[in-house]
Amino acid sequence: MNNRRNTRVLLSGPYLLWAVGFTVIPLFVIIRYALTDETGAFTLNNLFAIADPINLKATVFSLEIALMSTMICVLLAYPLVLAFRRLNLSKNRFMLFILILPMWMNFILRILAWQMILSNNGILNFILGKIGIGPLHIANTGLSIMIGVVYDYLPYMVLPIFNAVAEIDEDVIEAARDLGGNSLTVFRKVIFPLSLPGLMSGIIMVFIPSMTEFVIADILGGGKLQLVGNIIEQEFTRSSNWNLGAGLSVALMLFMMVSMAFTMKTDHGYGSDGKAGAVW
Amino acid sequence: MKKMFITIALLVCMTGLLSGCGGSGAKKTGQTLTVFNYGEYMDPDVISQFTEETGIEIKYEEALTPEEMYTKYKAGAIDYDLLCTSDYMLKKLMEEGELQEIDVNALENKGNIGDKYWDFAAQFDEGNKYTVPYFWGTVGILYDTSRVKEPVDSWDVLFNGKYAGDIIMPNSVRDAFYVALKYLGYSLNTKDEKEIREAYKLLLKQKPDVQAYLVDEARDEVVAGNALMAVVYSGEAYLGHQYNENLAYVIPKEGSNVWLDCFAVTKKCKDPEAAQAFLDFLCRRDIAQKNFEYIYYSTPNQAVIDILTEEERSDEALVPKDSSTENCEVCTLTDEKTLDLLNELWKSIKASD
Repeated sequence: MNNRRNTRVLLSGPYLLWAVGFTVIPLFVIIRYALTDETGAFTLNNLFAIADPINLKATVFSLEIALMSTMICVLLAYPLVLAFRRLNLSKNRFMLFILILPMWMNFILRILAWQMILSNNGILNFILGKIGIGPLHIANTGLSIMIGVVYDYLPYMVLPIFNAVAEIDEDVIEAARDLGGNSLTVFRKVIFPLSLPGLMSGIIMVFIPSMTEFVIADILGGGKLQLVGNIIEQEFTRSSNWNLGAGLSVALMLFMMVSMAFTMKTDHGYGSDGKAGAVW
Repeated sequence: MKKMFITIALLVCMTGLLSGCGGSGAKKTGQTLTVFNYGEYMDPDVISQFTEETGIEIKYEEALTPEEMYTKYKAGAIDYDLLCTSDYMLKKLMEEGELQEIDVNALENKGNIGDKYWDFAAQFDEGNKYTVPYFWGTVGILYDTSRVKEPVDSWDVLFNGKYAGDIIMPNSVRDAFYVALKYLGYSLNTKDEKEIREAYKLLLKQKPDVQAYLVDEARDEVVAGNALMAVVYSGEAYLGHQYNENLAYVIPKEGSNVWLDCFAVTKKCKDPEAAQAFLDFLCRRDIAQKNFEYIYYSTPNQAVIDILTEEERSDEALVPKDSSTENCEVCTLTDEKTLDLLNELWKSIKASD
């Protein structure tokens, strides 16, 4: 009895070490920086700095980009997932493999590729020029940042939704059809509700990272557009104001926690059966 | 990838060095120097050659920006003996008492460095007591002569709106403000808030015309024809010209920033003699030439300039003429209050529409 418990403790050791060393301690370090000023005295100013016009503007812009990108990812993911299901991907995972394949490459390389596609003299304008359109000035705009974000995070939306949809028993769908539901009704009343846990995971996995994104904005935004992530990065690397950078990060974290608590609550009704691919 | 390759090359060099130690009977003194430098800013061969000749081993460390270097140095995890950084950062370190005096007159190869460059260094290191010039360069405009038909000789092209949407400005608070301040006819080291705010307004007004704020990719965008002109470092301009011969580089007549990177000995260095030997070694003609051919920034080593080909010597990006650097200034600004103001204004420029 005791032995088994020891084994369990022993096995969880590495994770414990990991969690404490790389999550808990750094978190406390950041919170400490956030709540002090340069002299080390307690202050809340760094947290409230998020309401400063410049920071607030960047935060709102980040929110816009993150919301739009998440929405586009959802709209792109469902048709894809339904097609995957029809292709019976549980047996034939090739299409899924193609979706995941780009993730094997470093994401900065992929974003640099987008830069070459979208730039004024880029591949897209070259092709458009051949058919007599353009040139389009997409490079260094919010649109180009969004394209990058959607491209990068789409797999994180597709995979959990696919997991949820793939679990739906074919009999359930056939029953719905037998009872007279057309394709739209079947999707609306059966497939979509059953995919909700996956959708929630997908939203969290796309929305939160894209909210704090800064590399994509730097490369595809040409340094002209600032997400809140860029501001935080600059406080650390250029202005060497770690307290303010940490304060903005913590304020952002609090915001995410609130929005996550909201999502979790919605999630509860569907995810409590422990089925499907919800991550949390 | 290039970094990776260089790391591997360095490792290979070092293993070669170790095995060489046993066989070729190089002097073994047990002395080591820890050298701190910018990335890709020294030919790895130079390091191994130094160890071979003197028996002093080199531990080599790299950083990307002066600020990063400062943070790492101040963190104190590694005791750096020598470091190479830029003008204003050297001044800051000097002011904080982090550097050790060296006797530049005792350097055997002191004469190789042109007088002009000792004078440059004296702008932040009065009396040349702490620093030895390593590489230098200017900031100017790299432009595409196939599409910019008029002769470019002024910062005006960046601000007159004629090339709206085709301009690339530096993504760095100091460099961006230097351009605006010089265009307005002010010193780039100004502490006058009124002048700085005027430059700020100019940059703010210019933003809609700017295609992007870039540092490392600025050159490539002009090479690829995505932009007509970019504010770049002279070394970048030389390479840009190699890729696309339509590109030309100009140091605007209003003057610009000349930057100077120097080597200095830190106060932590316990073996000043070895450090002095290393500094002397870097000034040697063959060594300076090796580094020059590796980096292709402007060298202050007159002995190397004298043996360049005619074509190289006439390239303003490699060997700026005295007349074009006449109005240029070295950056010596270390005043915290002014820097905070600049950072704040820069943030608001970046945030504007």
